[in-house]
Amino acid sequence: MTYIFDGSFPGLLTAVFEHFERKAAKVKLKAATVFQPEAFSEHLYVITDSEKADRVWTGLQKKIKRDWIRKFYCSYLSEIAEAYDHLFQFAIYIFQNEAGAESNYGNDHVIALSKYAKSVEREKHRMEAFIRFQHTADGIFYTGVDPDFNVLPLISNHFKNRYADQQWIIYDLKRKYGLHYNLDTVEEITIDFSKGTNSKNPDPILLDGKEELYSVLWKDYFKSANIVARKNTKLHIRHVPKRYWKYLTEKQLS
Amino acid sequence: MQFDRIREKLNILADAAKYDVSCSSSGSTRKNEGKGLGNSHTSGICHTYTEDGRCVSLLKILLTNHCIYDCLFCVSRKSNDVKRAAFSVDEVVELTMNFYRRNYIEGLFLSSGIFKNADFTMERLLLVCKKLRLEQNYNGYIHLKTIPGASDELIKEAGLYADRMSINLEMPTEAGLKLLAPEKSHNDVIKPLSFVQQNIKQFAADKKLIKHVPKFVPAGQSTQMVIGATPESDKDIMYTANTFYKNFSLKRVYYSGYVPISNDSRMPVLGTQPPLLRENRLYQTDWLMRFYGFKVQEILNDANPNLDVDIDPKLSWAIRNMQHFPIDINKADYKMILRIPGIGVMSAQKIVQARKFGKLRIDQLKKIGVAYNRAKHFITCADSPYQLKDYQGTQIKAFILADSQSKYIKTDSNQLILF
Ligand code: SF4
Repeated sequence: MTYIFDGSFPGLLTAVFEHFERKAAKVKLKAATVFQPEAFSEHLYVITDSEKADRVWTGLQKKIKRDWIRKFYCSYLSEIAEAYDHLFQFAIYIFQNEAGAESNYGNDHVIALSKYAKSVEREKHRMEAFIRFQHTADGIFYTGVDPDFNVLPLISNHFKNRYADQQWIIYDLKRKYGLHYNLDTVEEITIDFSKGTNSKNPDPILLDGKEELYSVLWKDYFKSANIVARKNTKLHIRHVPKRYWKYLTEKQLS
Repeated sequence: MQFDRIREKLNILADAAKYDVSCSSSGSTRKNEGKGLGNSHTSGICHTYTEDGRCVSLLKILLTNHCIYDCLFCVSRKSNDVKRAAFSVDEVVELTMNFYRRNYIEGLFLSSGIFKNADFTMERLLLVCKKLRLEQNYNGYIHLKTIPGASDELIKEAGLYADRMSINLEMPTEAGLKLLAPEKSHNDVIKPLSFVQQNIKQFAADKKLIKHVPKFVPAGQSTQMVIGATPESDKDIMYTANTFYKNFSLKRVYYSGYVPISNDSRMPVLGTQPPLLRENRLYQTDWLMRFYGFKVQEILNDANPNLDVDIDPKLSWAIRNMQHFPIDINKADYKMILRIPGIGVMSAQKIVQARKFGKLRIDQLKKIGVAYNRAKHFITCADSPYQLKDYQGTQIKAFILADSQSKYIKTDSNQLILF
């Protein structure tokens, strides 16, 4: 038996609810986007229901510790197809066992979630580190990113607390939405880039006059801080994998 | 700002500051109050890495590289023929603010050569901190060098604005220091270290009684030793580190492999490779002391004054102490599990949680993250194969080396991993 859900977080939680309602035996969960009907397999489309989702979510919060609630949510944000089934099975396992079952690292779903969460947290941490804002002419600090996982919901607070006195936009170019901090709250936005000249970065003409100067100074600094006698390219690349170089001002040729 | 002049200054003063290896931006809890700029991240953030693989989290610069001293190991020493420069207080403030706003950095690491005298220098450093905190409402990280010989009043005031303060031992022993910097002594370091430490304690004690006590060096103090410039053994180095951790509650001791900067018969000549592998082994030992419950005497002693080059210190200890092994994963104390080669802190924690649900098997250990090929020589678990004979430590070392050829034989100075 396969359950198909719409890919949303409440959808996933609803699937857990349905499972307990219907008491089906062996169920797998898949997202509608990746599901390909197989000839002889039975399947059920789960209709997302926020009330049912809330009940499952509250139930989970009662049963597992806060760090595990976070791991659960992070695993969901990984958007990895297999993660959805692990989340589904994990929730069932938790509801069927005594409190504390989440620390059974001998269980496949527990291990799976802790690994997904670790990858997502690492991506979150990398975004906090590697994002480089550019100051635009209208006074907003802007950056465009395309993280491996959907981490914007996780980094919002960090940037809001840290850059409380400047307006900023962090735009996820892959998922086509962004966060805008307007000196008061963080709002979700979408930008229509078709009008711009360059979708990756804001048009250089629109940048603040001093932007170029600071990026040059930063590149200089990056070079000066290096000790040539200690060159270690392998270690360098392990810390800053090449796919992140596009974000880094210091890695752009001047 | 005159752009070209600033650019030149930044190049000179960042270049001169880079031999101080501390980059940590962790340990502080400063919040962004009143909607200013910045806060600190408890575990710190490395914003980028230099091509030598070191973390860059702070704008690390000297206020000036003019210096009245002549320490032989230092690029900024009086007798060295280098370009000199000095930032103004406002220039440092402006650079810090603008780098911070773009998310280039976690904060500022400000040090300085000693110009005129210690107090004059310390006053300027203090002024930078005050402007950032009071005028710019800046709450990002500040690591400030304590200038040896500066007055208690200035040091105490600086502690109200800095997150971390540090002062370098430079050479691991007094004899080594005297050789290269006859004007200096470890006592110049000990005095301010203990003064700051006492104040940290005092502020903490006040905090219990009074509600609003300002922060005082919330991320604590650190120091640095240069490795390989003078002939100390690893034991000398780590015993000094241990003493300073204990006596001054240091947050970190840094070990900086000496990069030759001039030809002098008392030191390694120009072009000598910095001792990067040795530096890495020292850091591994430091971790074993701080996170793995090892006493320094267990790792280094008169019989073993230097760390092994071919294997890491945790493995060295294990094969010298085979009487403790094999350890039963399903029964042993957490403390003993931590001592097994191939098992780190995270895996050890997971093991003690998971075994409550049933005896652990090999496949589960692997999933938990244990480096099983290494650990297998030291453990038993639910389905361990029956061992016919007891291997000697030396044999096990040979197995592990053969097994991880690529990792260890080729471990030259270019490929360093912590564990
Ligand atoms: S006092 Fe400091 S800056 Fe001056 S020469 Fe000695 S180590 Fe270098």
